[in-house]
This record gives sequence, C-alpha cells and structure tokens, in this order.
Amino acid sequence: MKRVFVKQSTPYLLILPSILFLMIFFAYPTVEAFSLSLRNQAGVWGWETFRTMVTDVAFWPALKTTLILTVIIIPVQFTLAMIMALVIQAKLKGAGFFLYIFSIPLAISELAAGIVWFAIFTNSGFLNTWLMQLGLISKPFIFLSYQYMGWLIFAVLMAEVWRSTAIVMVILVSGLQSIPKDYLEAADVFGASLWQKVSRLIVPLLRPSIQVALILRTIFSLQVFAVAMAIAGRAMSLLASESYRWYIAYRNTNVAAAYGALVLVLSILSSLIYISLLRTKPEQEMAV
Amino acid sequence: MKKAHVSRILGRTGTYAIAILLVMWVLLPIYLIAVMSFSTKAGVYIFPKPLFPKPVSAETFLFFINSTGVLKSTLNSVIVAVISMILAILVGAPAGYALARFVFRGSDLYRLAVISTRAFPSVILSIPLAVTFIQWGMYDSIFSLALVHTAINLPFTVLITSSVFAGVPKDLEEAAQTLGCNGATAFVRVTLPLALPGLAAATLFNFVGSWNEVFSSVILTVRNRTLPALIIASLNVSPLPYRFAGALFMMLPSLVFMLFIRRYLFNLWGRVLK
Repeated sequence: MKRVFVKQSTPYLLILPSILFLMIFFAYPTVEAFSLSLRNQAGVWGWETFRTMVTDVAFWPALKTTLILTVIIIPVQFTLAMIMALVIQAKLKGAGFFLYIFSIPLAISELAAGIVWFAIFTNSGFLNTWLMQLGLISKPFIFLSYQYMGWLIFAVLMAEVWRSTAIVMVILVSGLQSIPKDYLEAADVFGASLWQKVSRLIVPLLRPSIQVALILRTIFSLQVFAVAMAIAGRAMSLLASESYRWYIAYRNTNVAAAYGALVLVLSILSSLIYISLLRTKPEQEMAV
Repeated sequence: MKKAHVSRILGRTGTYAIAILLVMWVLLPIYLIAVMSFSTKAGVYIFPKPLFPKPVSAETFLFFINSTGVLKSTLNSVIVAVISMILAILVGAPAGYALARFVFRGSDLYRLAVISTRAFPSVILSIPLAVTFIQWGMYDSIFSLALVHTAINLPFTVLITSSVFAGVPKDLEEAAQTLGCNGATAFVRVTLPLALPGLAAATLFNFVGSWNEVFSSVILTVRNRTLPALIIASLNVSPLPYRFAGALFMMLPSLVFMLFIRRYLFNLWGRVLK
C-alpha cells in the first residue's frame, strides 16, 4: 500500500521544485506588475499610472516603433531563415560547416550584436567607408540620428535579423527533417519548381513549426532592448527601453511595471492571433 | 538528359553561392568587430575604416580588460551563469524526467504552464522583482540575480530535458530493474549516462543564456554588475575602443560554445518538436 503511494507521488515530487520556482519568479511578479500599474507611487489604487504612461511624450513613439520593428523583422527573418534551412536541407558537401556558421548568432548576446552593427552604421563606420569607396557619397552620412528614424529602424532591424534568425532556422530545419522524403521526391517527379515546392508543400507541412517560431519571435521582438540601446541610444524609444528608463532615470517603478504589463498584453494578443490564424495545436509544438 | 545534368550542376553551384553569401552575412560583422578590437586605440577612430587592423595591436582589447570594473563584472557574470546553470538543471531535469516517464494527472496542465512561461516576456518580471528584492534586502546581489536567471532558463530546461529523457528507451531502465536495480539505481546506472550528453548541452545553453542576459541584470544590480549590465549602463559615456572590444569579449564564449553544442542542436530541438 505504501509502495503504491510512493509511486504515485513521485512525479509530483519531481515537478514540485520547478513549480515553486515558476510561482515565485513568474506568477508572483506578473500579478505584482499589474498591481503596481494600478497604483500610483504613493500606493493609491487607480488609473493614474496608466495615464502617466500613455500621456508621456515617449509613449506613442515607443509603441509605434516597437510594432513597426516587429512587423518588419518577422517576414524578413522568416524568409532568410527559410533560405538558410533549404540550403542546409540541400545536403551540400560541408553542410555541417554551414550549419555551424548559420547557428553561431544563436549564442550571441543582444548587446554585443547591437554594438557590432553600431560599428557598421556609425559616422566613421564601415558602411560609410564602403559607400565612399564606391563613390556613392562624398562625405560620411549620419545614419544614426534621431532625425532619420527610418535609418535608425533599419540599423536595429539589421542587427536583430542578423542575431535572431538562427533560432528560426533551427526550428525550420527540425521541422523540415520531419517531412517524409517521398513527398519531396514525388514533387520532383511531377516537375515542381522550387517555388512550388516551398509554397505548396514545405510551408503547409511546416505550419506547426512556423507557428512556434512566429509566436516566439514576435514576443521577443516586442522586447527589443539592448540592440536598440547600443545602436540608437536615446534617439529611439521602444517599450522595453521605456520601462528601463522609467525605472533607472525617473525612479518610477509603477510606470516601469506598466510598460512590462503592456508588453505581456501585446504578447498574449499576438499569440492568440497566430493561433487562431494558423489553427494548429500550439501546446504540442511550443516546446522550443 | 544532358540538359537536366547541366541544370543540376548549375543548381548546385547556385546553392553553394547562396550558402557562401549567407556565411559572409554571419561572419563579416564578427570579423569587422574583431578588426576594431585588435587595432590600436587610435586605429579605432581612423576613417575610412581599413579591412585589416594596421598595425595589429592588443592595445584596444587590453584597454577594455583593464578598465575599471570589467574583471569584477566578468567574474560576477561567470558566477551568476555557473550558479544558474547548475540550479536550472537540478530543478529542471527532475521535472523533465517526470514529464518523460510518468503518466500523472495534471501533467498536461503542467506542460502547458511550462510552455507558456518559455515564451513569456521576461521584461515584465524584473521591475516587480526589484521592488520585492529591495524589501527583502536581496537587491543588488549576484545570488538573487542567479535565481532570476535560473527561473528564466527553467522552462526551456524542463522541456529540453524531458525530450532528452524521452530519447532514452524506457525498456533499458526496466531491464535494469528486472536485473536487480531499484528505480533510483536504474536511473543512475542506465538512464543518466545515456542522457548525459543531452543534459550537458542543455546546461551549456543555460550558461550562455545567463552570460548574455541584459535586462534583468541591469535592473537588479547596481554595484555588483554583470558584464552586459556594466557595458549597457555605461554606453553613453564609454569610448569606442571600450565598446568594440567589449562586444567581441562578450561574443567569445558563444563562438566556442557553438562548437560544442552543434552536434546536439537538432537532437535537442528535433525531439522537442516531435
């Protein structure tokens, strides 16, 4: 009798420590973030903190820029990742080498990536050097200035795509490996072009993997922070950097927490949109 | 027939060309920051920028290493990463094992909770935790930060280790039990050795995750900065040689790490996806 009890309780004992961790470090701070956003600095409940956040001059630019970045990054990144995955899947000689190189950015920090692309885009940087050597400009162009939001966004976009495409590639390659070879061979027999194979066969079959990658990457690009700090500094407002600024510079934990809560709400909304649009069971696939 | 042959060779050459372009896309930026880091300090400011450091010099790199706080922060980063990688595997692997081996009520709910925390925006966690840590006298401590990094790495660890354990045939463990092992010794003698490479890969991944983490590190520390926290907090005031060499320095462990982990990359992800 005792033995049966031990057996049944074993899995619960094994997951218990992780549940404690998740309660203390995920559930509690999430509830606390919303509770901080619904109080002012004196601790009085109300909408004051949200009003302070929304009426701040940096709020709408931060929201707008974050959404623009996300909307551009995702398609660019998925196209690039799909090309990388197809190259790996083509089984070239040296595929292992290509795979190693393509996955390096997986382990590169946001901050380092931001500084690397800052070195390329800054006034005395590599891009200006090359443009001048090609004779396209006669003096360095100032890409990274608050006056050229388009260029700032472009630079941050390049850094983010450079750094975070690897994870999408890994997810897509894993998905590709699970597509039965017969399907692709059959497509070859019927003379399908590469584009037909990708659009009619690969993308539909990869739908679960694509959904996972979309959800993950959207949530992470809603939190872009260090890359933008390194490239644009104060010239660009994003939701995560506003949270940081309200905490560090204005010492207002309530508004800082409200920005965090907003990011969570946007994350949940975007995930729900993907799930309803792509209609696969996310819980099987989200485990990346 | 001949035509098909030609187009296949062309297709292959084309694929190689694309592959090489993509290799350059990944490596060129790393190379450029290395050029900067191995120039003299004056060389960092030269315009137009050369494609090779002339002369090659350790000055910029050493300037960064010897700057105030860098060594201490590097040590902090290593301590935080080591603690959090050990804690994450100690807490996460048993849960992963439970998911892989036991059928129990609530396992689906638990898996769903872990999966949703995996994609959770960690930006929301740091500010409330800072408030709590200040109240509890745990603020500005690398140990508190290590706990937070553990939590951030935990969902990934649970899912990965569950797929690692699922990859070890259950028959082997049962065979060991019929041959006289009990549940625990069967696990230690049979399952653990087979799962070890995968567990090691997951652990290395957690090390890098913690080493790279910026947001909660810069929010939760003030004097006891980790390296990324130190560098991001001083971006506005630090000179270019410091930033460029700092970026390369932060990237070095990741380059080495990918060498070790690449064999397991798809084993890990591939299994998780199935």
